[in-house]
Amino acid sequence: MAGRRGRSELRIPMIDELGQFALALALALSLAQTVLSLAARIRRDGALAGAGEGAAVGAFAAVAIGFLALIHAFVSSDFSVLNVAANSHTAKPLLYKVAGAWGSHEGSILLWCLMLTGYGAAMAASRRLPFALKASAVAVQGALGVLFIGYMVFASNPLARVALPPVQGDSLNPLLQDPALAAHPPFLYAGYVGFSVVFSLAAAALAEGRVDPAWARWIRPWTLAAWSLLTMGITLGSFWAYYELGWGGWWAWDPVENASFMPWLLGTALLHSAAVTEKRGALASWTALLGLGAFILAMMGAFLVRSGVLTSVHAFAIDPRRGILLLVILGVAAGAGLGLFAWRAPRLKDEAAFAPISREGALFVNNVLLAAATATVLAGTLLPLIREAIDGVPISVGAPYFNVTFTALLAPALILLPAGPLLAWKRADALGALQRLWAAALIALAGALLSLALVSPRSALAAAGVGLGLWVATGALVEAAERVRAFRAPWSEVGRRLGGLPRGAWGMTLAHLGLGLFAMGAAFETAWRAEAAAALQPGQSMRLAAFELRLAQAGDVVGPNYEAARLLIRVTGPGGRLVCEAAPERRVYAAGGQTTSQVAICPGLLDDVYVTAGDRRDAGVGAGAFLVKAYWNPWVRLVFLGPLLMALGGLVSLSDRRVRFAVPGRARQPLAQAPAE
Amino acid sequence: MRALARTGLALTVWALLCAAAADPADRLADPGQEARARALFKDVRCLVCQSESIDESDADLARDLRQLVRRQVAEGRSDDQIKAYLVRRYGEFVLLTPRLSLGNSLLWGAPVAVLLAGLAALALRRRPSTAPDAETLTPQEEAALKKLGPEERT
Repeated sequence: MAGRRGRSELRIPMIDELGQFALALALALSLAQTVLSLAARIRRDGALAGAGEGAAVGAFAAVAIGFLALIHAFVSSDFSVLNVAANSHTAKPLLYKVAGAWGSHEGSILLWCLMLTGYGAAMAASRRLPFALKASAVAVQGALGVLFIGYMVFASNPLARVALPPVQGDSLNPLLQDPALAAHPPFLYAGYVGFSVVFSLAAAALAEGRVDPAWARWIRPWTLAAWSLLTMGITLGSFWAYYELGWGGWWAWDPVENASFMPWLLGTALLHSAAVTEKRGALASWTALLGLGAFILAMMGAFLVRSGVLTSVHAFAIDPRRGILLLVILGVAAGAGLGLFAWRAPRLKDEAAFAPISREGALFVNNVLLAAATATVLAGTLLPLIREAIDGVPISVGAPYFNVTFTALLAPALILLPAGPLLAWKRADALGALQRLWAAALIALAGALLSLALVSPRSALAAAGVGLGLWVATGALVEAAERVRAFRAPWSEVGRRLGGLPRGAWGMTLAHLGLGLFAMGAAFETAWRAEAAAALQPGQSMRLAAFELRLAQAGDVVGPNYEAARLLIRVTGPGGRLVCEAAPERRVYAAGGQTTSQVAICPGLLDDVYVTAGDRRDAGVGAGAFLVKAYWNPWVRLVFLGPLLMALGGLVSLSDRRVRFAVPGRARQPLAQAPAE
Repeated sequence: MRALARTGLALTVWALLCAAAADPADRLADPGQEARARALFKDVRCLVCQSESIDESDADLARDLRQLVRRQVAEGRSDDQIKAYLVRRYGEFVLLTPRLSLGNSLLWGAPVAVLLAGLAALALRRRPSTAPDAETLTPQEEAALKKLGPEERT
């Protein structure tokens, strides 16, 4: 019945049922993947292992069919599908119809499963892993698939039909109808779930009792890919919050932001500790623990966001039963992983000695600080839940707490960072490393003193922050110059060295440069942003830092699925120079009745003038005036540019010949496939 | 206790609605006092919002709380007195920086504990002997790494 309603000619009949069937099939295939791979490992049977890998690829194909069926339902506005009826609308632009597929709880879980099986299929297709490790890892990945696909099929069906389909859908929250936010979940999930492969490889290596340099090399591409994508996902989310929510900030320490930040912090620690394990064989058990931990925190993030236990700007559906199920899944996966660690880790060999002042020592301190930062965010995110459960006292942990603790932990990390890559492995000459950084120190000091002297209001803390960022950024460049012996060797040799520099080194330089730029931008913007608010009638103006904002006119516009009041505000700089004409809007979406504020941004090279329109005052003194709020956000571009450079650095490292998934030419040795040992 | 808080809330809202004023016009005349009030706003939660401070929120309640804080600042009360007053009325939930207490020890203790444990582990780690010693990778490990591809010297 349902399939025949409306514009059925656009619709492929029964595709929804086909999708549901495919998802059930994916569950069966994941189960087969686990059992076959486990049997293959125990019996050392290559044919069984091949069948397990085939099941992994099949599970991915089946989930992909289910995903395409959901996309089809959204694009064709098939309101007989509950998910579509609740989250879509015929008047919605095509991009947001497609993005609506992962805008709901059910759709996002399907996206998660798509990524999970996709990574599983990629690992199954990888030819570099030794037989035993690979079979175990494919089995673990299959078990994760069983947990999450099982949850989806039995408790969170994205393709469920309704008996009486509505004529029109409820539409997607208009705040979410935005290009950056359409791309945010896929990146975020690709990052989160990328750590599942590291989890599986860590569990497999612990079971095999072999966490060694070769293992650290195997996890590197997966860690790099997951970390880069997660960096992109968080940055997109932050950018969206900045220009869409109209509050002028870019990070609120909202619990859901924290949920995505924790796996990132631990993933960053993992990238660095895996380098120690790979190069020196040290910190093996710690690296394995981080490999488990990054995905456990990613799952915890999904649980926190999707269960509704948090009060947050990401107001997702509250459903206690699903929350408990997700908690059980988290408990099973984390418990199994950590139990395996507790059992096997004491037997791991970790004897490589190093002095506190050495490359290992620096990376160790990096890990301690990142772990402490993760603990801070974890405690701040979970304590309100714990207090509420234990003594019933609701408390809030907000930005002031995180700003203090996080800055205190990040500052020493930034101070030490430039020295790290200049230290030798095992035992290093700290003085020698510092001597090579004199130029960076000089530039950083000059930057700090200049911002102290020139920028008002005077802030020593912010000036120190700018100096620290400059120290990290120039330190990264000095390190790169040292590698190619710039200014020391003849330029022909510098050129030769430049060509021979591994991509991994470029990646590190880019990522550290990005971190430095981010720190500069964050310190500058937080301390010296200016804001102004006034009720303006057409013709009136207000001051914002060195700018003058005049409300030139106000009018009404009609969009595809909203109506809006649009203000035209002339922003002029010192001396009456026209900076831009900003046109913020106050939108009302007919479908859901929501009111949103469409921010207008006048972008400078590094700075933004950021204007939002508030409500129109209808009565009383000053009727017809609009509340206009504006911010001047100096150096805010660096806050987004920095993390983009970091993600780019990760991708450049990923393209390194040594870590590529399939290695051409001489490097392809028959290490994989052969029943090892 | 909760009923009391709710009554207090309702009374405050009522009292402040009578004195309703436009947002920019609400500001205190003394810029020093206004700056102090702004700093306090950042630490006070907008109770009906989702993890926003009253400094950021456009909600009516947030405006009412801003006015409450401004009035107390104008009356010359100290920051601590104002915070204590808010906690008496609305519970600890209203503060965005949790106070130091046994219940909150995890919050301040967890990062410190991780930091101390990590630094202790670094200090207690076995140091390399001063004599020139062998490579720490075993021959098997070296061989396995070699099979993975050429290693550029860095």
